Amino acid sequence: MTPKLPIYMDNAATTPCDPRVVEAMLPYFTEKFGNAASRSHSFGWVGEEAVEYAREQVATLLGAASEKEIVFTSGATESDNLAIKGVANFYASKGNHIITCKTEHKAVLDTCKRLERQGFVVTYLQPDQQGRVTPDDVRNAITDKTILVSLMLANNEVGTVHPIAEIGKVTREKGVLLHCDAVQGVGKIEFNVDQMNVDLASISAHKMYGPKGVGALYVRRSKPRVRIVAEMDGGGHERGMRSGTLNVPGIVGFGKACALAVKEWRQDAAHSLALRNRLRDKLWSQLEMIHLNGADDPARVPGNLNVSFSFVEGEAMMMAIKDVAVSSGSACTSASLEPSYVLRALGVDEELAHSSIRFCLGKFNTEDEVDYVADLVVRQVVRLREMSPLYEMHKEGIDIKSIQWAAH
Amino acid sequence: MAYSEKVIEHYEHPLNVGTLDKEDPTVGTGLVGAPACGDVMRLQIRVNPETNVVEDAKFKTFGCGSAIASSSLVTEWVKGKTIDEAMALKNSQIVEELNLPPVKIHCSVLAEDAIKSAIADFRRKQAERKSKDASVASQSVQPQK
Repeated sequence: MTPKLPIYMDNAATTPCDPRVVEAMLPYFTEKFGNAASRSHSFGWVGEEAVEYAREQVATLLGAASEKEIVFTSGATESDNLAIKGVANFYASKGNHIITCKTEHKAVLDTCKRLERQGFVVTYLQPDQQGRVTPDDVRNAITDKTILVSLMLANNEVGTVHPIAEIGKVTREKGVLLHCDAVQGVGKIEFNVDQMNVDLASISAHKMYGPKGVGALYVRRSKPRVRIVAEMDGGGHERGMRSGTLNVPGIVGFGKACALAVKEWRQDAAHSLALRNRLRDKLWSQLEMIHLNGADDPARVPGNLNVSFSFVEGEAMMMAIKDVAVSSGSACTSASLEPSYVLRALGVDEELAHSSIRFCLGKFNTEDEVDYVADLVVRQVVRLREMSPLYEMHKEGIDIKSIQWAAH
Repeated sequence: MAYSEKVIEHYEHPLNVGTLDKEDPTVGTGLVGAPACGDVMRLQIRVNPETNVVEDAKFKTFGCGSAIASSSLVTEWVKGKTIDEAMALKNSQIVEELNLPPVKIHCSVLAEDAIKSAIADFRRKQAERKSKDASVASQSVQPQK
């Protein structure tokens, strides 16, 4: 059966809101519209109560010891900025060295680059070909000047999961703070800030069936107590760490999304994994010369399938499957005209980086959709290869790497 | 990014996809671009050596939709033209016809390079053949001396 078009398979970019999340939010736009910081009347109290309830829901999902460790933000980009700059500025007298990885999100990398211009020293760890760093990589990079290690739970492009729990043991032993951008992993794989010795964690609502424009930063309050310098000056909201009137409806929705994740994430993860493996099996059984980018299970988030179809350019592929929403590491899809820095950091050939397509399955995808997409992709890869001079050379036994190409 | 209707039409129904025999002396082949850059175009023309008219043109392209559309358009344009006329083709004409946005102008540049490279290949082959003919002719003359 042909499923309804277009089909959404880009759940690492954003997810639709769960209808139960929207339902929870609605009253907070109209009759419960109060400013959570208004202390003098019931409108404010209702808003504050809703925010505090959501704070507990978020804390529960993260395994935080106290809801006071949750700071609401506008999203994970702000959380990453606040965590890294906040720690760097607070602990600058203790040290000036930060450790991160080449495959982190730009919200982390560009924040680190700014700090470098301000005199901090940043080590960008080289991941292995699957995109992983090891606890020993971290241990070897730590110096007596190191104040912070920032590593993501799961990569947004290739879905690789870092061994955060093991890395947390190293950072705790060395007395260095650990920040984890958990956006792509929380609600999909096991994550617990206490068990994993994570000191700061960024999460975003819209990656887990909540609304856009709201996120949180977890900031540990004991053993050790983490201190950060605020980015914005203002009313001193969120214990002085993040000024600005709280987005009450967004925060309510975020809380609801977290509560749903606590109850349902294992079942949702099993669903996404089954669909991803179904798609993978169908593609691999019908096409030659295709490559998985990233790691195998269990070091991969359930819904992610990042695949390079040799001899087919990614943007042309996306155009060929225009009723399916996916993304590509091809340069043509970015303003920079450079292929994905994540794939390049993994040592993926540039040609294959240009040929990569990321499918991200989520809890609302269906088997019918996967079957439809698999058939369409196979047909279009065959069509585009018939049009590809590189595929013809490959069939003639010509090694494409042996040719002197003129870079342009 | 939104594509123009003409790009989509050429991409979905490309004209002149295929291969000509690159060993044929009347066939010129241009292979431009690089896999690492995400664009490789191979454009081939079959030219009548008497009239210098392009009688057939084929392409194969690894690249985005605009690269495929540019190749398709250029092969269609050069058919029936003399190689001198084809040499005069400018990438700006492709940009205009396909309504390419600035980030896709390099696709049209590549298509212009491909056709020029194919014509150069054809001319090189013809020149080689003439010099070979000339040397054969001079050799055949020698014994009579």
